[in-house]
Amino acid sequence: MNHDNYDDNYIRSILNGVKSIAMVGASPVNVRPSYFAFKYLAQRGYDMIPVNPGHVGKNLLGKPFVASLSDISRPVDMIDIFRNSSHIMPVVDEALTLSPPPKVIWMQLGARDDAAAEKAEAAGLKVVMNRCPKIEYGRLSSEISWMGVNSRTLSSKRAPIPTQGMRLSLNRTSVGGGATAASDRAAKNKSEPT
Amino acid sequence: MTDRLPGFSTLAVHAGAQPDPTTGARVTPIYQTTSFVFNDADHAASLFGLQAFGNIYTRIGNPTTAVLEERIAALEGGTAALAVASGHAAQVVVLQQLLMPGDEFIAARKLYGGSINQFTHAFKSFGWNVAWADPDDIGSFERAVTPRTKAIFIESIANPAGSITDIEGIAEVARKAGVPLIVDNTLATPYLIRPIDHGADIVVHSLTKFLGGHGNSLGGIIVDGGTFDWSKDNKYPMLNEPRPEYHGIRIQETFGNFAFAIACRVLGLRDLGPAISPFNAFMILTGIETLPLRMQKHCENAKAIAEFLAGHSAVATVNYAGLASDKYNKLARKYAPKGAGAVFTFSLRGGYDAGVNLVSNLKLFSHLANVGDTRSLVIHPASTTHSQLDDAAKVKSGAAPDVVRLSIGIEDKEDLIADLEQALSA
Repeated sequence: MNHDNYDDNYIRSILNGVKSIAMVGASPVNVRPSYFAFKYLAQRGYDMIPVNPGHVGKNLLGKPFVASLSDISRPVDMIDIFRNSSHIMPVVDEALTLSPPPKVIWMQLGARDDAAAEKAEAAGLKVVMNRCPKIEYGRLSSEISWMGVNSRTLSSKRAPIPTQGMRLSLNRTSVGGGATAASDRAAKNKSEPT
Repeated sequence: MTDRLPGFSTLAVHAGAQPDPTTGARVTPIYQTTSFVFNDADHAASLFGLQAFGNIYTRIGNPTTAVLEERIAALEGGTAALAVASGHAAQVVVLQQLLMPGDEFIAARKLYGGSINQFTHAFKSFGWNVAWADPDDIGSFERAVTPRTKAIFIESIANPAGSITDIEGIAEVARKAGVPLIVDNTLATPYLIRPIDHGADIVVHSLTKFLGGHGNSLGGIIVDGGTFDWSKDNKYPMLNEPRPEYHGIRIQETFGNFAFAIACRVLGLRDLGPAISPFNAFMILTGIETLPLRMQKHCENAKAIAEFLAGHSAVATVNYAGLASDKYNKLARKYAPKGAGAVFTFSLRGGYDAGVNLVSNLKLFSHLANVGDTRSLVIHPASTTHSQLDDAAKVKSGAAPDVVRLSIGIEDKEDLIADLEQALSA
């Protein structure tokens, strides 16, 4: 699995397939990226579970915080890890003890742990690193193109008007197979020591 | 399963656009409105805090303009784009994200005369200091790098003589210096050259020229290549430090590989204000749908006319990179194999006076200060676009007193040649 670039169909199948997402490191502070990613995914119809031991007893947009993944009393499809790269492995280790295990481990924009990814993949999980599910959902649905972002997709169908709780179609025609030649090159340059 | 990837002409028609959500209108509507209503107070706060996707105010973003932005980002192979009022506005917004007072940038000496003025005078008053380098001598860029260098700026096909720049060579200098390479791709358009594929990090355009293509609307655009790591060495505080006006978010951390385009929008365009009109965005979008067809015709005509001039007894020299004998032909074949563009210069044996006579005798070519129109255009740079430079700088930038610049349109080439023929013998 190449974790420098992902095919759109890989990301699409994950975002179309999962229903519940536990967000590790979710913040109740409404100006933190984890808060507004949580809020967006909830608005797009995902069953969101905030995980943060520092906020147990509080709610995030009506969802009670839990201290750890093991405290979630029902199966979870995806773990979205909003932590630095150095804090990924223990979360993945804990995720792999869940029964049933989650289907997807997603590490936020800026976070990457190849060893943790390898371990999760060996257990049959799908892994995404250094991406934001809000950005990817917005890109594949074309909602994000309101900000001039290249969604790298096309569609001749009438655009939806997004409303609260609405799932958007992510099945537009891909233009760049998930990445531009330039972002391929950038990812490659970044992983090479300079 | 991997999707089949659409080609350039398909992107030129479709990228960024889809039937209107409310009416089903197939062509992108002109959203000629200053502002957009919020669903509720929470929605408004989310939009202002950069937490949600959506429209607030046309100075910051507009749905018609957003289609233009995504289309050009797709054509250039970038991650995002920001449209602004003009090519000049694009340049000031880009450099405002990169330079603090006292910083430097290196620019190729062969540039549009207006850019030379902007860099020399306006930017100097902001404390942004330009160091000039020779695009034909990569070493001159290397030698100009100092610890305060924050960017390198070049044109892909350079005004006024249509010379071709070795983008990859200069990109290597930028990479070693740890600064982004900015390429003004106006004269090439992404149809002829895609600078990001050759190592550029940021592309700017005057949309007014070939992209809009019809000489009817001003516009500019900034394309983020998504290739530069802004967090390295904390050289770029606009992208890297917490923004107090946005509750302490860091642009790079929050927006990843399109952070530069977002910084240009929410820090540059928001505060400096050079927004493009949605009407102009619509006109330019319509122009882009035929960009591949027009560029083919522009290049075919330009080559025929350059060949005609090269064989004419009144002409001393022709500078067109598409001619096999031209000094830039090798670079043209590498970077612009589909054509060397349609803007070039030539000089007359009769010098300055013959140039002035030629311009006044032409009947089909229009004498004006623009390029990249469907109509063929002519200008004498030394007395117009480059008139504010001193004589030595005129020669160095390719605008010597005996030089005439043409921008070849999409008329029938036989008619253009006949017009030049009669004007040269008049």
